[in-house]
Amino acid sequence: MAETAASPTSADKNLAARVSPAKQLAEAFAAGSLAGTVELSEVPFLTMVGLRADAGSETATRLAAVTGGLPAGSGSVATKGDASVLWLGPSEFLVVAPTEAHESLGGDLIPALREALGGDSGQVVDLSANRTTFELTGPRARAVLEKGCSLDLHPRVFKAGTAFSTEIANIPAILWKTGEESFRIFPRASFAEFLGRWLLDAMREYASPEVP
Amino acid sequence: MLLIPCPNCGPRDETEFHYGGQAHVPYPENPNELTDTEWSRYLFYRENPKGIFAERWVHSTGCRQWFNMLRDTVSYDIKAVYKMGTPRPDSSSRATPETGTASTGPDSTTTGSAAPSTSTTSILSTTAPEGATK
Repeated sequence: MAETAASPTSADKNLAARVSPAKQLAEAFAAGSLAGTVELSEVPFLTMVGLRADAGSETATRLAAVTGGLPAGSGSVATKGDASVLWLGPSEFLVVAPTEAHESLGGDLIPALREALGGDSGQVVDLSANRTTFELTGPRARAVLEKGCSLDLHPRVFKAGTAFSTEIANIPAILWKTGEESFRIFPRASFAEFLGRWLLDAMREYASPEVP
Repeated sequence: MLLIPCPNCGPRDETEFHYGGQAHVPYPENPNELTDTEWSRYLFYRENPKGIFAERWVHSTGCRQWFNMLRDTVSYDIKAVYKMGTPRPDSSSRATPETGTASTGPDSTTTGSAAPSTSTTSILSTTAPEGATK
């Protein structure tokens, strides 16, 4: 093995060399965003951890103590501080935390979860590189998503603070409604460019005056 | 497009699911004791009924869980959705599936009763080879 983790300077260099999955679209996102209507941006390098533990088991209780609770059912999100846990399945969860929570940057979230799991059956896997995050905000954000997502996104059904694993533009993605007019979309890294361009295309009509 | 009521996630579009073929096909208790004919019957022979069919589905872009479903192969009506490992419900006591668009809420009304079937077992009885367990 080559000496890869030798000095702090090389770690800094490695971080500077990171390229987020939709980096090449950053300018297009800025150009395609319409202030006050609908805006799209990438939030790169969020820390994500995949958890698997049977709900109600001791393991799940220990993991819940670290994350501040595990969500109970479809759609629910448990939040503690700046880390949130999304429900993906009856025994599958996704922790989303800021970049700084990653252990390569000195965060203790993943080691704490790993310690909580111990040797029991279950999973704590660093999935930070698996998905990227798009933030879609504005009064027209729902209209943009409705072009490619078959869920009922009306606010009376889709409340802020819920997240669903579903299909957007025919690709699998997680959709998290973080506020009344803001959504976070988690596509897999390999779908980032496709979904980014699809969203830009879906947003384009709102740049022109509405046709009566 | 079918609107399939996932027992964990509620009604979602068919494109979120994958099909798993006929449900309630038991793995033979002693595969080594089967004749080639019986083994091939276990592997390859499936029912193809015109009417109610019990089949497996997985919600692959949602909760990634498998479940069983009773579907009418003529009308595509979904008669019941029930857990893996539970017996096939009586299809005459049908639960009305929700209509409308895919929803974000799990819906318990579409989950069929787990009562063992009395009238519909004849469809299944021909599929199990000798030496098979239920």
